[in-house]
Amino acid sequence: MAEQLICRNVTLGYEGIPVTEGLDLTVSSGDYLCILGENGSGKSTLVKALLGLIPAMEGEIIRAGEISGGVGYLPQQTVVQKDFPASVREIVRSGCLKKAGMRPFYNKQEKALAEENMARLGISNLARRCYRELSGGQQQRVLLARALCATSKILLLDEPVTGLDPKAQADLYELIADLNRSGITMIMVSHDVSAVRYASHILHIGSKEQLFFGTREDYLASSLGRSFLITETGQADSLPETPPPPEPEEKTISTKTAAAAAAGLGLAAVGTGAAIYKYVKRGERNA
Amino acid sequence: MLERLSYYFSFPLVRYALIVGLLVALCSSLLGVTLVLKRFSFIGDGLSHVAFGAMSVATVVDVTVKRVASGDNAFARWLTDIIEKTNSMVIVLPVTLLAAILLLRTGQNTKIKGDAALAMISVGSLAAGYMLINMFSASANVSGDVCSTLFGSTSILTLTLSEVWLSVGLAAVVIAIFLIFYKQIFAVTFDESFAQATGVKANGYNLLIAVITSLIVVLAMNLVGSLLISALIIFPALSAMRLFKSFRGVILCSAVVSVICAGSGLIASILFSTPVGSTIVTADMAVFLLFTILSKLLRRN
Repeated sequence: MAEQLICRNVTLGYEGIPVTEGLDLTVSSGDYLCILGENGSGKSTLVKALLGLIPAMEGEIIRAGEISGGVGYLPQQTVVQKDFPASVREIVRSGCLKKAGMRPFYNKQEKALAEENMARLGISNLARRCYRELSGGQQQRVLLARALCATSKILLLDEPVTGLDPKAQADLYELIADLNRSGITMIMVSHDVSAVRYASHILHIGSKEQLFFGTREDYLASSLGRSFLITETGQADSLPETPPPPEPEEKTISTKTAAAAAAGLGLAAVGTGAAIYKYVKRGERNA
Repeated sequence: MLERLSYYFSFPLVRYALIVGLLVALCSSLLGVTLVLKRFSFIGDGLSHVAFGAMSVATVVDVTVKRVASGDNAFARWLTDIIEKTNSMVIVLPVTLLAAILLLRTGQNTKIKGDAALAMISVGSLAAGYMLINMFSASANVSGDVCSTLFGSTSILTLTLSEVWLSVGLAAVVIAIFLIFYKQIFAVTFDESFAQATGVKANGYNLLIAVITSLIVVLAMNLVGSLLISALIIFPALSAMRLFKSFRGVILCSAVVSVICAGSGLIASILFSTPVGSTIVTADMAVFLLFTILSKLLRRN
């Protein structure tokens, strides 16, 4: 596992005023890093720094040679894009911008790359459609395809599921996990707890400082991780491979969940409990 | 009618007007799409008011210099000659450029927000310009002068050959920049953050867009006058956006619409002796209405 991105004791900020201090993290190829933090904790500043748009005030950010060509970026959607008259193909091709350099038009390889990435994300049939007519989930796929045109090594996703309906959110998370399994490093900024489920590493930043960096297992075991997940969802996120929190489930879960669980097999086996939780959650999604 | 047209086109001034008019329409429509999509359409409007102010300053300088050089010596004659030969664009162009750059800077983080700053600058220069012309102009017909600067009236039909070449040169620069940086302009228009992340200097391109806009504003002042310039910029783009679904389609359609409207507007204004600027803008509005109805019909089917 080659290290792609290392931050050593990095301080970030604007005009001499630090926003976040003491960032220490390492991203290796194939990792899936989820960056958590409340609003205003400096997530967007960190994103800018990782993209190389602002320098570190202190410490150093080291990029491996293979990603010096750029990071694939999925920014948050802007108002301008909502009614933008552009075809999907035009947008995906614009991901090749850096490869084309000062050449006024895209060449054959770049066009082929765009087609390939559209096929990879299952949007080839939308190529001639207008971006503003697509659903939120489809739009995100288009922007992901564009990011893949920029790089096949590492993607940086800024709150990718914001504004999507629950079904589209789940689909997008699965898609991102698939891309990650095919070897693309993922860095995802989120304040959505369900993002944690797919990540291999977690970076949690609070106001002004780094609270946690490590693997997801360690995070879930830590008191910080547990309290974050509980305050965000009303209960700990049960994952198949981690033991769900002991007994007090009935106290924290909603009545709906409790009723469904009671109607089911009961709460006897830990594994079954987790399965029911997942089932109920899906039910809520579809509702 | 054709005979009358060919009679009119035997005058070089009419031919100049058509050439410059079509070029201006082409340039403004190319950039119009970007300006509308980037929510910059107000910049064109503000800049045109600034250009009016600068035009007044140019007129006043012109008059003052002539007054100073009223003696009958060689120096005075040389000075008058220079003034006659230099175009008012020498003053208008740099002032408008400067205003464009300033407006773009204020658009980012300042105490006075973009739209307020713009309103301030544009109304301020309009008022100052009118005041200056009123106070210092030697012309007997001040309101006629003002009207022709604001609404263009006949200035397109009084272009000299050197003005035509200047316009052709500026238009060529605008079109060349647009073609060379088409990809970047698309990227910056659609998604500034992504463009920045891939190493495109988004602020640089925003500046480029503002500079080209001011070039177009200065060019278009001759054609439609400073109050109607933004119509020339936004109407073709908005019409094209009703019907077309790709960026390239919108740009091409907008260019075609703009050129056709400008051409037919010019010819109509010559035939029916209506004001050039408002005839062209009326044609633009008609096309916009037509396209809106068409898009409604297409959607229903």
